[in-house]
This record gives sequence, structure tokens and C-alpha cells, in this order.
Amino acid sequence: MPPFQTLIDEHAAEVMGVLRGAVGRTDADDCFQETFLAALRAYPKLKDGSNLRGWLLTIAHRKAIDHHRANGRRAVPVAEVIEVAVSDPEPGDGIWEKVGALPPKQRAAVALRYGSDLPHAEIAAALGCSPEAARRSLHEGIKRLRKELA
Amino acid sequence: MKASLERLVDRASDEGLLDVAYATFDSPFGPLLLAATPRGLVKLSLPGHDPEEALDDLATRISPRVLEAPARLDEARRELDLYFEGKLTEFDLPLDWQLSRDFRRRALRAIDRIPYGKTRNYTEIARSAGNERAVRAAGTACGANPIPIVVPCHRVLRSSGALGGYGGGLPMKEALLELEGIR
Repeated sequence: MPPFQTLIDEHAAEVMGVLRGAVGRTDADDCFQETFLAALRAYPKLKDGSNLRGWLLTIAHRKAIDHHRANGRRAVPVAEVIEVAVSDPEPGDGIWEKVGALPPKQRAAVALRYGSDLPHAEIAAALGCSPEAARRSLHEGIKRLRKELA
Repeated sequence: MKASLERLVDRASDEGLLDVAYATFDSPFGPLLLAATPRGLVKLSLPGHDPEEALDDLATRISPRVLEAPARLDEARRELDLYFEGKLTEFDLPLDWQLSRDFRRRALRAIDRIPYGKTRNYTEIARSAGNERAVRAAGTACGANPIPIVVPCHRVLRSSGALGGYGGGLPMKEALLELEGIR
């Protein structure tokens, strides 16, 4: 495995961006810390280093989902615009705020697909569900966004 | 982002997850890479050596939990600064010897005891390490010194008085000896 610092240098900004999209700016740093500490704990035993970015984003989304679960019915903070995206998110006013207002699974699926450019299989891994369920969450999320933006 | 990363390093350290901390240091000879484990300074990479390669090597041989954490190397950097200014004659830093074993470690410990401004030859080092005839191995131990400058392998010369070798290049070895008033 490469020195852990390489993962930070290459992916920290993106992980932070995704987390801001998923849990909002206020709580993103806590999730960021939890993400990288969990990664650091598991890193020496990691067997496959071929997709470290996907691995980190998976952990980040689990932490975001944990965060939402822990907050229960507490109001969800408005998501911020994702700062670093692999593919440019669709332009448009306030689209990511709308994404931030989606139910957690739909929000995570949309953020992972369009914010982080992950394939369905990795979104499924991140959400801890089947690829079909991931596709469904994504589809539901997009449908809802279309309706709201129409 | 900077604050988040600093917080991460602190928390990793508190939780025992910072196995190797590193920093770079601007020396009069060029940038040095310094690395420490919780036990002490484990690696000093001289100018002309690829720092990436050194970090990869530490990740393989010690632990991949390698983080840039300059604050963990403040004391080492402070002492090196003073040394290069000629104001420090003895480093007082905890050292981690884990990158050297057996004869090499014994040879390096013998080298670590050579006082400032003094020299020894490779035969004397071989003898101190327990095998007078292993002169060539003593030379190899110097060449493989993971913590040069602090473990002063520049103070080891050939018995003829010739410089021998140096990982940072012979001009650097000569300059260090000059700094210590030897040449």
C-alpha cells in the first residue's frame, strides 16, 4: 500500500466535497474525521489497493448515512454545493440544495452518481444495498428533483 | 481544509494511528526528509534521494500509516538548524533503530558514539561492532545508515585518511567535516 498521506493528498478535497453535499457544511468536518480515522484504522489490513478512491468514498457515505441515522428525525441541514466533482454537476440554481433536501438514501445515491461519478455497483456498496436498490434510489431521487424543478 | 487535516493528524496520533510522521527540512545542502515513529527518529533522507521512494520504503517496512505531521518533528528540525549553524555538537533526540539489524545496528550504534569533531576509520567501527575483520560490512553499514547526520557516519574515514563514501555525495561529507572543524 502507498503511504496513507497519498490518499489524503489525492482524495481529501473530494471526500470533503461529497460530505458537504451529503450532510451539510456544519457536520461535514466531523464525518470527514470519522471517515479518515476509520480508513486509517483499516488501512494496514486492506487487501486490494486498486480502487482507493472508491474505498474512501464508500466509507464517507457510510459515515454520512450513520450521521443521518444518529440524527433521526432532526431537521436535515441544507447541503452545500459540492466543491470538487469528477464530472461537472449539472449547472442550475440551487440544484444541490434540492439534492440535500432529498431523503438520505436518494440524496446519497444522487450525490454519489453525479457528484462523485461512481458506477451503480459502487453506489450499492456505499449504501449497503443491492445494485437494483441503488438504481431505484437514484431513479426516485432524480424523479423527485425533476418534479421539484419543473 | 488545513484545519481539518491538522485535526485529523492530532486525532490519529491520540488514537495510536500515526505510525510514521514525516516532514521536510530545508538544510544548507538541500531538502531533507525526516520521519519519526512514536519511538523516535527513524529516517533522515539526504538531498539527492527521492523522498517519495523513501516514504514508500517506510510504508512497506514499518507501516503504511504514514502521515505528513511536521509538528511531530519540531525538535529534530530545531536541533538540525542549530547543528548546521555550528551551535550544536550533540543531538539529543530519541532514535528508532528498527530499520537496521544485527551487525549493521551495532556498527551504527558505534558510529553514534563518535564525538563531534572526531573521526574513526572503518576498521575501528568493525571492531566496536564485534568483528574486526568485517571492514567491508562496516562500510556497508555506513552506506545503509537510515539516519545520517544525526548518526554521524560522515565521521568515518578510510584508515588512509581518504574520505571513503557518502550517501549525500563526497562534497557534503567534506563540508560536514569542515563544519565540525576536522578539515
